[in-house]
Amino acid sequence: MTTLEARGVRQRDRVAKAVLYAILAIGLLVVVGPFIWMALSSLKPEGEIRSVPPTWLPQTWTLDNFRDLFSRLDFPLFFFNSALVAVAVTVGNLLFCSLVGYALAKLRYPGKKVLFLAVLGMLMVPGMVTFVPQFVLVSNMGLTNSYAGLILPFLVGPFGVFLMRQFLQSIPDDLIEAARVDGAGEFRIFFRVVLPLCRPALATLGILTFLASWNNFLWPLVVASTEDKYTLPVALALYSIGQNKTDFGLLLAGAVVVVVPVLVVFLILQRHFMRGIATTGLK
Amino acid sequence: MAGAPAATAPARPVGIDSDRSAGSVQRRQRLRRALTGWAFSAPFTILFLVFMAVPVVVSLVMSFTDLRSTDLRNPFAVNFVGLDNYTRLFSDDLFLRSSVNTLVFVVIGVPLTIVIALAAATALNSGLLRFRALFRVGFYLPVVTSIVAVAVVWRFLLDPEVGLVNNLLRVVGIDGPSWLFDTKLALPSLIAMAAWRNFGFLMVIFLAGLQAIPGDLYEAATLDGATRWQQFRNVTLPLLRPTLLFGGVVTGIGYLQFFEEPFVMTQGGPLSSTLSVSYHIYNQFGFGNYGYAAAASYVLFVAIVALSVIQFRFLGERS
Repeated sequence: MTTLEARGVRQRDRVAKAVLYAILAIGLLVVVGPFIWMALSSLKPEGEIRSVPPTWLPQTWTLDNFRDLFSRLDFPLFFFNSALVAVAVTVGNLLFCSLVGYALAKLRYPGKKVLFLAVLGMLMVPGMVTFVPQFVLVSNMGLTNSYAGLILPFLVGPFGVFLMRQFLQSIPDDLIEAARVDGAGEFRIFFRVVLPLCRPALATLGILTFLASWNNFLWPLVVASTEDKYTLPVALALYSIGQNKTDFGLLLAGAVVVVVPVLVVFLILQRHFMRGIATTGLK
Repeated sequence: MAGAPAATAPARPVGIDSDRSAGSVQRRQRLRRALTGWAFSAPFTILFLVFMAVPVVVSLVMSFTDLRSTDLRNPFAVNFVGLDNYTRLFSDDLFLRSSVNTLVFVVIGVPLTIVIALAAATALNSGLLRFRALFRVGFYLPVVTSIVAVAVVWRFLLDPEVGLVNNLLRVVGIDGPSWLFDTKLALPSLIAMAAWRNFGFLMVIFLAGLQAIPGDLYEAATLDGATRWQQFRNVTLPLLRPTLLFGGVVTGIGYLQFFEEPFVMTQGGPLSSTLSVSYHIYNQFGFGNYGYAAAASYVLFVAIVALSVIQFRFLGERS
């Protein structure tokens, strides 16, 4: 290859790279733009949100929309409800799914195969199938419109068991056997030896569970019948449907309150996210 | 056959006591193992049975009854009606309409999402090192956000009069359509939004798949004079096929159940043009038709199982 040709190739590569970057940048704008628009618009007065041509940065900055959110609506309570349910559901999944995951991966006992098959089968069942009987059950237990009713059906899930079992299988048996020889009981082994090794899997499961719960919509929509048990998405959706379009600013501020905590957590933990998605997705 | 008892017979008189105790030790050990195993499994299993496994079965039974919300306090008023709910479903115009909408959502939405995700993953894998993390995180952003919040934002973006999209179109002199209020455009708008929201998830999975393809394959292809496109067609695509299929099925299963988007953005309208199967089930549940809703949910279940079986067929063929 002559130097002239090489230079040509290099130049073509550079042009291709520039085009690629341009396309990616436009894509990024389309994906992230709505969020930026949402955040900026929530800081604009109502009139400016609908102005033609649209403004990008607020001409007048205002916190009125957020003030309304917290005074006219009970958003601090909705926020608390969402957080309480998500934390309880996450703790439950981490504990129960890792316990059973350990048993499925490392212990030998009758019924284990059936249990694992049931878990695998459950992975395929759409939420709508269990939805009606779950509601009948929860209302017969007198748990509609209660925190227990919001939490209990999500305290365990087949995905968590599957994830933990797959991860626990990669922990060497010798380690557990050594602890057994030292005379440690099974639960002691689990909490002292096994669980600390599971940190990456627990992080992934914890993040995904918390997120799913925070964003969960259908179940709290039907179980929470009075406002004091609404979670954020339920409050936002019902308010959005109930209102005509006069309250743009308020709704966008509500969306910000729902989205921003999750975005912050995501940006801090994004490495775990990506690794989690890639490994659980491919296994 | 005859050898086994003969072989053990001479040993019996000698070790009869130790044999028995060995057996009981073994039995005790087995019992202990079973107890340990189930001590670990019990909390999960109880919750799993009560809130998942049993409801799956109950739902099936319900689907053969005329159970209504008013019957809950009076179980004897419930009758088995055989396949009535199922036959009724297939003459229910709204159910048929919602099925068609859901199929359109899946058949157009899944390939669209995959193509965008694959394009993004390929671009990010093609030696661009700068800003790669930024793009990856940015594209993934909508995946982690609440569909309700996203739907609220998009409803405003697509508002015919004051929405950002039509406002921008107006700036360049185009009179934008009324998107979500147009029977022809409402469903495509929801599909576009779903692709926008979900492609980042597939992109991350595809990226992992792309990075697992050995680099020497591309080197060899380059030496053979293959163009970039030929490399993509003949090296990347075949090796990525299992990942692509997996992504397609996961996305398909999700899209078959779409609910929040029409609930927040269109309430299933205009004229049921965005009514999905899940939304129809939710409505029937709201009307108190529990048996009927359960039957519709099982139809959805069968569709999902069918999709998964197709995946395993394809994957099995490969490996």
